[in-house]
Amino acid sequence: MAVMQERVAQGRTDVPLDLEAGFEALLAADERIEPRDWMPEAYRATLIRQIAQHAHSEIIGMQPEGNWLTRAPSLRRKAILLAKVQDEAGHGLYLYSAAETLGVTREELLDALHNGRQRYSSIFNYPTLTWADVGAIGWLVDGAAIVNQIPLTRCSYGPYARAMVRICKEESFHQRQGYESLYTLAHGTPEQHAMAQDAVDRWWWPSLMMFGPPDSASAHTARSTHWKIKRHGNDELRQRFVDLTVPQAEVLGLTLPDPRLAWNAETGHYDCGPIDWSEFEAVLAGNGPCNRQRIARRVSAHEDGAWVRAAAAAYAEKHGHRGEDGREIE
Amino acid sequence: MNRGLAQDTHTQGFRPVEKPVEEYALRLGDDALVLSHRLTEWLTRAPDLEEEVALANIALDLLGQARFLLGFAGQSTAQDENLLAFRRGERDYRNALITELPNGDFGHTVIRLLFFSVYQRALYRALAGSADTALAAFAGKALTEVEYHVEYAAGWAVRLGDGTEESHDRAAAAVAQLWPYTAELFSSDELVGALAAEGVAADPAVLHAEWSEQVESVLARATLGVAPTTTWRPGGGRRGLHTEALGYLLAEMQSVHRAHPGAAW
Amino acid sequence: MSAADPTPAASGAARTSAAPAGTVWEVFVRPRRGLSHQHVGSVHAADAQLALRRARDLYTRRGEGVSIWVVPGGAISATSPDEKDPYFAPAADKTYRHPTFYQLPEGVKNL
Repeated sequence: MAVMQERVAQGRTDVPLDLEAGFEALLAADERIEPRDWMPEAYRATLIRQIAQHAHSEIIGMQPEGNWLTRAPSLRRKAILLAKVQDEAGHGLYLYSAAETLGVTREELLDALHNGRQRYSSIFNYPTLTWADVGAIGWLVDGAAIVNQIPLTRCSYGPYARAMVRICKEESFHQRQGYESLYTLAHGTPEQHAMAQDAVDRWWWPSLMMFGPPDSASAHTARSTHWKIKRHGNDELRQRFVDLTVPQAEVLGLTLPDPRLAWNAETGHYDCGPIDWSEFEAVLAGNGPCNRQRIARRVSAHEDGAWVRAAAAAYAEKHGHRGEDGREIE
Repeated sequence: MNRGLAQDTHTQGFRPVEKPVEEYALRLGDDALVLSHRLTEWLTRAPDLEEEVALANIALDLLGQARFLLGFAGQSTAQDENLLAFRRGERDYRNALITELPNGDFGHTVIRLLFFSVYQRALYRALAGSADTALAAFAGKALTEVEYHVEYAAGWAVRLGDGTEESHDRAAAAVAQLWPYTAELFSSDELVGALAAEGVAADPAVLHAEWSEQVESVLARATLGVAPTTTWRPGGGRRGLHTEALGYLLAEMQSVHRAHPGAAW
Repeated sequence: MSAADPTPAASGAARTSAAPAGTVWEVFVRPRRGLSHQHVGSVHAADAQLALRRARDLYTRRGEGVSIWVVPGGAISATSPDEKDPYFAPAADKTYRHPTFYQLPEGVKNL
């Protein structure tokens, strides 16, 4: 029996067999694992790492777009962008909330983000240099994120899957507004068109890297697939994104910066040029253009807010945690 | 696509609005727009992740109010919200000074929001019965948003004032700094006087009485004592006489829009 | 999104360190009148009033609710998964509790 073999291989005899068999049976039946269920420690650790990284990405991801909030060129665009950046904070909170069901606290996770023990998506270490970057992020970065995230709505861990359902529902507006904004620029003045093309040129390759290294080089894929945390390989999702995106670029009237991008009638997919994984590795290692600024901003917000959090705690201590009037909001 | 006509309207500069009620709406709209901008500056810098969401909510509400009010203000002169927001210099902005002061710490933001939103709630309550039906309908709807802003600001004012020694001192410093600027919110002039007499605008004196009572009750609960007495009453915003801070705010806000004359976004 | 960074600290050992009292509040939202409150997630707050306000901001941004409850995380008593069978298995047998158990003669309506 596979479970038994795995247990023996891992030298684990401490866990009663029926607990592990129960866990495997739930997975096999495509049922969700819930917080109070028994689960292998490695499953728990993998989920904590992945959900935390996802949450951190939402929070750090507020910065590149937030950079243009005060300069948005119309009030309508400003409102859309503000709502979007706000959603990202919200998504981060949904995800921290899901991670906390696994027995870590948000404070621990934020510490790990602040001191570099946990990561966030590398894409947010690139700068937003013009207004068009906001559109390019919405179209490409959110587009890639959606392709990555939709399968997670069926992830085996219940709280994560439920958070992703909520997030995916809200994300669809993000990609559309980005595309619409970019379309307007691409069909606007020559300067606007050039700005849009430049943004796409800069964000295309980093967006492809968002799917992670090729499956052959990815350490976690096999185990995460067995646990039904991950349902598709990195390369498969990347290809799906490319296939969806190339026709959208044609409608925009913008080119993608890959001379080898071409339809392959045999495979029914677009072929791409090679991705520069050395750039990915460098950004991942902390040497992207903005890694230091992103973390510094987050840490200073956290530190500057310490006295506010202390005040809230002190007030609650004095007046009881029920607050002045713990009433229902109708 | 023939963009000729659009080009013309998009490159025009600002022209003064015509009707008194439009000038009045411009003042209220500028208050909302400028304070929304200051709140927006908090994003990615808030003391707690939950507060990122809350501050964005309030900034969005105010932005929405500004869009209605600027649109209303530009009707007779056929100027849209973007022309009024992005192609007006600081001498043509009509916001009260309290809304444009640069952000300080979170205590400063909370106290400013308390002062402003209690004023705005009294204002919108009064305007909900305005003889101008469009303005009345707007105020009635926006009131529900402002109720929440008051709850937010009062909740934090009490927590900071009655929290730690440090938070108390910071909140008290914000009250002392911002209090003098509140007088301008209730100052009257010929325009407001005439509109109030017609039942279109709110009477500032009535608003002030309501405001004082409510703000002082919150300050008392926050153990922040009674309001400071001062004879210094900075003002001038309604006539386009601002602090030096507004120029920088507008330079930033308008930079992309102004760099691309005639462009659509 | 799949950076390979194992995080030893964020695993089992951390699980015993609970958040300070009054930190985590479970949030229940009534989506609309006529429906029960449903669990939607949690927020952090030092007191109930702050928790309610934050829950409203976070979980009803798109008008998802008409009423909110917040409950301190530690105040919830739950069945243990170990007790799964004795608690829930008997109910699974009682199919006669469900209307689909009963076959109706053809043509009978509104029943």
